[in-house]
Amino acid sequence: MPKKVVVLGGGVGGTMVANALAKELKKEAEVTIVDEDGKHVYQPGFVYISFGKEKPHKIVKDERKLLRKNVGLVVDKAVKIDKEDRRVQLANGSLDYDYLVLATGAEIHPEEIQGYEDAHHFYDMQASVKLKNALARFNGGKIVVAIGGVPYRCPPAPAESICLLDYYFHKRGIRKKVDLWFMSPLVRIFPLETVDPFVARAMEEKNVNTQTFFNVEYVDPKKKMVHSLEGESIDYDLLILIPPHKGAQVIRDSELGDRGGWILTDRHTLQAENADDLYAIGDATNLPVSKSGAAAHYESPIVVDGIVSDMTGTPPSKKYDGRVTCFCDGGFKKGIMMDFDYEHPPSPPPFSRRAYWKKILFNKLYWWLLPKDRLPGFLMGSVK
Amino acid sequence: MSEELEPTVTVDARGSFCPGPLMELIRAIREGQVGDIIAVLSSDTGSRRDIPLWVDNAGHEMVGIFDKEDHARFIVKKLK
Repeated sequence: MPKKVVVLGGGVGGTMVANALAKELKKEAEVTIVDEDGKHVYQPGFVYISFGKEKPHKIVKDERKLLRKNVGLVVDKAVKIDKEDRRVQLANGSLDYDYLVLATGAEIHPEEIQGYEDAHHFYDMQASVKLKNALARFNGGKIVVAIGGVPYRCPPAPAESICLLDYYFHKRGIRKKVDLWFMSPLVRIFPLETVDPFVARAMEEKNVNTQTFFNVEYVDPKKKMVHSLEGESIDYDLLILIPPHKGAQVIRDSELGDRGGWILTDRHTLQAENADDLYAIGDATNLPVSKSGAAAHYESPIVVDGIVSDMTGTPPSKKYDGRVTCFCDGGFKKGIMMDFDYEHPPSPPPFSRRAYWKKILFNKLYWWLLPKDRLPGFLMGSVK
Repeated sequence: MSEELEPTVTVDARGSFCPGPLMELIRAIREGQVGDIIAVLSSDTGSRRDIPLWVDNAGHEMVGIFDKEDHARFIVKKLK
C-alpha cells in the first residue's frame, strides 16, 4: 500500500514539496495537495501591480498546471487537523494521511488595526489594485509607509515600496510635490543590520524622511493621523500600512501554533513540535527567518528528505540551515540581493543593475523554474 | 528580579538576522498580556543595543540580560 502524503497549501513551498515527493516516490507514495481555490499566486508580483508594472492575470495560474500528473489536487478548505487519527477535516469531506505537510502560509488581518479602512497595502490582489488606483489619482501631498505588526511577509518589502514610490513619482514628474515618510518598527531603517547603512543612505539620497521605533497601534481616519505603540503620531494624505499577519485559521483551530498561529517548528528538521509525521514549511512556521518564497524554496528539500528517509528507514541527510535569499528593487532599475542563513549575516551588497535584472528575470521565469525546482545556481547568491 | 523568573513566553531567535530578534520581541509584546515576562534568546550582537533601546522607548521593563555560551537571554516585562 502506498503511503498517503497530504500537503496543505498550494503556494511555492507546498507545490515544490508535492512535486518533488511525487517524483521521488512514484510507487511508494500517493501525494495529494489541498488548496482552497486551486489558484497559485506569485505574491512578490503584488507590489508591481500597485506600481503599474505588472498585470493581475500574469501572477495567477491554475495550481493543476504546475503539478506533476501523479500529484492529486483537492480544491477544498482544510478546517481541522486531527493529529491522533491522522486525518484532515475539509469543508466537504476528509483526508487520511501518513505524512502531513503544512504549507498553509500567512493570512493578513487588516481589521485588527482600528481605522485600517483608510489605509492601503499590497499584500493581496484587491488591495494592490486599489493602491494602484489611489496612486494614479495622487497628485501631491504626504505619503506615509508604516508597519502594522510583525512578523509580516517579506521584511524588506516596506523599504522596497518607498524606493518604488520615489521612482514612480519621479517618472510622473511630480516627485517634488510628494513628501515621503518611512516609519520603521526597529532601531534602524532596514531589518538587516549589515545592509541598513546602504538603505539608510539611499533613503537620504531619495529625500525620504525616516523615523525609527514606530510600531503602528491605530489609525484615526477623520484626522488622518496614525499612532504608534511607542506613543508617537504622524499625519498623512495617503497611508500604506503593512497589515498584521497571522498563521492560517486551520492551524489556530487545530492548536498547532503559537499565539499568532505560527506552527511550532524544529529549526533544522522542519518537523512540527511533538509530531514526527507533520512537517511545516514557508510562511506557516514560527522560525526566525524571513517569511518569503525563498525560505520555502530552501526548506523544500529538507521536508522531502525527512519524509523519504522516514519511509525508507534511513537517517535524514539534510538539515535546514536558515538560508534565505532576498531580492529588493531599489527603483531606477537598481536592486540589491542578500543571502544569509542562521550563522551568516549578509555581506553589505551594493545597489546594482545586475541584482535588479536578476529580480526581473526571476519574476518572469518563476512559473517555469520554481514549482519543479529547476532554479539555476547563477540566479541565486551565496552565503559567505 | 532575576533570570530565575519564570517567563510567560520564550522566543528562540538565535540565528535570526532577518526579521531579527527585536521584531520577534515586538511580536511577543503585541500578542502578550500586561504583566507577561518574555524571554528572548539571541545570538545577534546587535540585540544588546537594540532590545534595551526599544524596551525603554516603548515603556516596558528590561528585567535583565544574561550571557550564555553562544547567545544572550533577554528578560522583558510587558507593562502596558
